[in-house]
Amino acid sequence: MKKPEAIVVGCSAGGLEALKILLAGLDPRLPQPLVVCSHTGADTVELLCELLARVSTLPVVEAIERTPARGGVVHLAPSGYHLLVEDDGCFALSTDPRVSHSRPSIDVLFGAAADVWRQALIGVVLTGANTDGAKGLLQVRRQGGCAIVQCPADAMAKAMPQAALDIAGADYCVPLDAVAPLLNRLCCP
Amino acid sequence: MSDGDDGLDPESIEVELFVRAMQLRHGYDFSGYAPASLKRRVRQLALRLESGSISALTGRLLHEPTLLPQLLEGLSVPVSDMFRDPAVFRVLREQVLPVLASYPHINIWQAGCANGEEVYSLAILLEEAGLYARSRIYATDLSAGALQRAEEGIYSTREARQWSRNYQAAGGKHSLADYYSARYDLLKLDRRLRRNVTFAQHNLVSDKVFCEAQLVLCRNVLIYFSNPLQDRCLQLFGESLVRGGFLCLGMRESIDAASSARHFKSIDAGLRLYQRNPDAIATMRPPAP
Repeated sequence: MKKPEAIVVGCSAGGLEALKILLAGLDPRLPQPLVVCSHTGADTVELLCELLARVSTLPVVEAIERTPARGGVVHLAPSGYHLLVEDDGCFALSTDPRVSHSRPSIDVLFGAAADVWRQALIGVVLTGANTDGAKGLLQVRRQGGCAIVQCPADAMAKAMPQAALDIAGADYCVPLDAVAPLLNRLCCP
Repeated sequence: MSDGDDGLDPESIEVELFVRAMQLRHGYDFSGYAPASLKRRVRQLALRLESGSISALTGRLLHEPTLLPQLLEGLSVPVSDMFRDPAVFRVLREQVLPVLASYPHINIWQAGCANGEEVYSLAILLEEAGLYARSRIYATDLSAGALQRAEEGIYSTREARQWSRNYQAAGGKHSLADYYSARYDLLKLDRRLRRNVTFAQHNLVSDKVFCEAQLVLCRNVLIYFSNPLQDRCLQLFGESLVRGGFLCLGMRESIDAASSARHFKSIDAGLRLYQRNPDAIATMRPPAP
């Protein structure tokens, strides 16, 4: 694959704990933006940012429309909106109908990011109890990007990583503990 | 973003041709829409209308004029909720309406009203504040289909419980159910709520200001527009508003980079509530022929 330019991450049930482990393990020199879509069910994304910022090696902020995804920063999708990316790397929001009962939807984020970053994108699907993310990860792979899926056996909720494996397949299928080291290896110079 | 020796991908070209055909054939210009969402919508339209591909959809667009309403509906803002973001409606009720009450006639422009959920929310607010009799709501949208549904005021009861919770959280004085009748899985809003509503087709891309308003609501519409079109709309809202008039946008919208944002000062940054500055606004020049 090309040198990665961005990382997108999707998770649902069990996602908060999984994100804590992932974000605590990232190399603080990570040059790429990391964009996260998590169905937390929380009303506000501010709380999630705060919880994750406590353990993350990188700053954690809400993704703001019309502003660029910045390298070395974790951007979270706001609740109630789909998060997309434009060609110039800036975020866009939409209130289009839910996808797989979800808004934000991982499929929507991954699909938009795949169109922009193509071979230079890494998609990561973690724990979750529904199948959102599988189609998005397929789009990432079709555009030549790299797919990482948490081993279903290792996930708090297996359905989401299992659906991702079934529909999209993966370049790497690893336990949660191994995701951050893998990203560091693929992404850091 | 990824360096492009591989050029524009075929699908992006298809979307561009679709947009061009829409403009040439029907006079609707979507070129100022933010590409990521537009692409999704065009893709979904092609699926929904069983066209096989975006190119095939473009072919139908050219040769089946009766398809236009469905195309516009698929490309414009689709859904909302009653009293979505209750905190916004609470501030409208507690801070904005008392100011509007000082005007003998109140004009409100709801730009991009979609299926009308917020129009009725607004009418209820005005009714409960005792202001509705001297208010006029101009509810505009690009899509005739959406306007028709807005005018009917019939919705699925699926969201009714959430809407009731929203209404209460927004400081509602009664029960939301007082304002509708429910039958089977449909609810129909009291027709009296639209006695002072004017529904009209209006295109934010090309149409001009048509009323002097004390309040403009345009929530989660500009998120679908690219920066220049967002800027145009803010200019339009500034021209429509009286000095000191209010502008209410969606809670996650950012206008800081738009040059027309200078016409507004923030009243409540978190809720995206603004007030028009007192300085004069030069009217937009008509587009070059």
